[in-house]
Amino acid sequence: MILEMTNINKDYPMGKSILHVLKNVNLTVMEKDYIAIMGPSGSGKTTLMNLIGCLDVPTSGTYMLGNRNIGTCSDNQLAEVRNKEIGFVFQSFHLLPKMTALDNVAMPLLFAGVKKKERRERAAEALKIVGLEDRMTFLPDQLSGGQCQRVAIARAIVGKPRLLLADEPTGALDSVSGKQVMQLFRELHDSGSTIIMITHDANIAKQADTMYTIFDGVLSGGEEQVE
Amino acid sequence: MLENITLSFQGIWAHKMRSFLTMLGIIIGIASIITIVSTIKGTNEQIKEDLIGSGNNVVDVTLKQDNTTYEMGYGGLPEGVSVISEKTRKTLEKLEGVKEVSLYRKRTWSENVFYRNTQYSGALYGIDTHYFSVNGYVLDYGRGFTDFDNRTFHKCAIVDTATSSSLFGGENPVGKVIEINKEPFVVIGVAGKLQNSGPKITTVQEYQTYAGNSSGSIFIPIDDWPIAYQYDEPQMVSVKADSTDDMTKAGKNVADALSVSQMKTGSKFSYAADDLLKRATQMQNLSSATNRQLLWIAGISLLVGGIGVMNIMLVSVTERTKEIGLKKAIGAKRKRILAQFLTEAAVLTSLGGLIGVGSGIGFSQVFSNVMGTRAAVSIPACIIAVAFSMAIGIIFGLLPAVKASNLNPIDALRSE
Repeated sequence: MILEMTNINKDYPMGKSILHVLKNVNLTVMEKDYIAIMGPSGSGKTTLMNLIGCLDVPTSGTYMLGNRNIGTCSDNQLAEVRNKEIGFVFQSFHLLPKMTALDNVAMPLLFAGVKKKERRERAAEALKIVGLEDRMTFLPDQLSGGQCQRVAIARAIVGKPRLLLADEPTGALDSVSGKQVMQLFRELHDSGSTIIMITHDANIAKQADTMYTIFDGVLSGGEEQVE
Repeated sequence: MLENITLSFQGIWAHKMRSFLTMLGIIIGIASIITIVSTIKGTNEQIKEDLIGSGNNVVDVTLKQDNTTYEMGYGGLPEGVSVISEKTRKTLEKLEGVKEVSLYRKRTWSENVFYRNTQYSGALYGIDTHYFSVNGYVLDYGRGFTDFDNRTFHKCAIVDTATSSSLFGGENPVGKVIEINKEPFVVIGVAGKLQNSGPKITTVQEYQTYAGNSSGSIFIPIDDWPIAYQYDEPQMVSVKADSTDDMTKAGKNVADALSVSQMKTGSKFSYAADDLLKRATQMQNLSSATNRQLLWIAGISLLVGGIGVMNIMLVSVTERTKEIGLKKAIGAKRKRILAQFLTEAAVLTSLGGLIGVGSGIGFSQVFSNVMGTRAAVSIPACIIAVAFSMAIGIIFGLLPAVKASNLNPIDALRSE
């Protein structure tokens, strides 16, 4: 088991009232799962992604990532979990514009304390996996949107995390690039990666093995999809 | 740390103009401080050199009566004061800080000294064979005194260049006879001071100190002194110190030794050193005190520079919120973000400090040429200046760095 969320609630104070964004969410993710969580804007899917990604902690409920109870972790422990256990792919790539593709990909390894030579070797390997071995020295503004997202995916997988977490990974891409990125996710899954993808696009969500829907903070579904 | 420094340089290079403008306050502040410090150091060296003579390092030890200079009369040695022997002189040369010792007697305003009908009114010295070496005299022509001259009481004299022209009116003085208290002395040589050994006289006080030199000097062997003046008079002692900084110590050591060996217990007489070094230090302190006020003013510009750095770093944190959010999302801990921004501020201000030091050295040379003063670069001051700039970066970079490190990654990633 990769993660298990039990009766997760997330509330935000709104003046004198409280906004219940996630309500009794239960989610279990096993190794090599490929899950899509689909929901409309404002449904709570980004909040759920923040919790799964350990960027935030639940108001109540238990979130176990491996053997670790995330609700009791300090800021530094959460940073370590994000660095070692989770690979993030964001909708808008979030690449640092003054850094080359190789340096962008190597960044999580820098925070993990990996030596420079090894960082560069592993980053080059990750770029090879996403098919950008010939773009290592390129800056983000010299790459297309699809290539930038592939660099971001390389950055997400470079530390060999247990979980790949993608937030609207094709949201900023044209359809051709979107298809290429989804194909890459499929290949990564086939090679053993566990993936959770957050999207509002049913066509994208359909490409995962398992689909959940979230609406008004309530998570439902979880049935395996038949191709 | 090395990664952070490399990233900082990349950041500075990526925003060259902004980085330069940020550093400008630090550059101006440090350049002002280095200019002032170099000028202070140069002035101090000038004062020391002007007052005590570059490379000469001579301090005079003279007899004092109740702590004031003993006025030479016609009574010879005062009661309870004995003549300093050659053996004692040699003992003095072994004291700490002492290089060479010369014994001499002197009349600042000599009377009854004539060449033909021309009266001489300069200084008259009875000197031993070490005097010229200690005081930096060289023979222009003729010969110097020998032990034989002293031993045989040979009535001979050496004149300096000033006396040569004033008393002999351009004639070659060597071989001429001068009359000292009706005793004939044959001039055997003309001596002049080495270029770098004479003190430059720039004040009335200094003129009084070296007045004897300006009217000329006549030297006779010290053993001939009683022939001219009837009595054994107290000797003065010229002490050449090992270095300028040893002058005070050497002078004091010699004076203390003589006060013990040449006096009876309870005597109202004592030997004391003319502490030119102390006087130079006092003048230097006066000069430094004035310039220290300028340093405070320059320090204010550094403070303004530091505030400028803080302002730009705060802007930088705002501009790079997304970057900070991303780094935190992919595993950067709080202290890493803190260290990154502190390093950036420190690198920026250190670079500013280095440029400031370079500019300061340049300005001090220009200032020195324009104002005619001396500038001397102080290496410790340069090192301290760069370290201080770094400290300014760390102090003023702290607030922006803390702000950056406390950013919530979710909010930071969402920011536009």
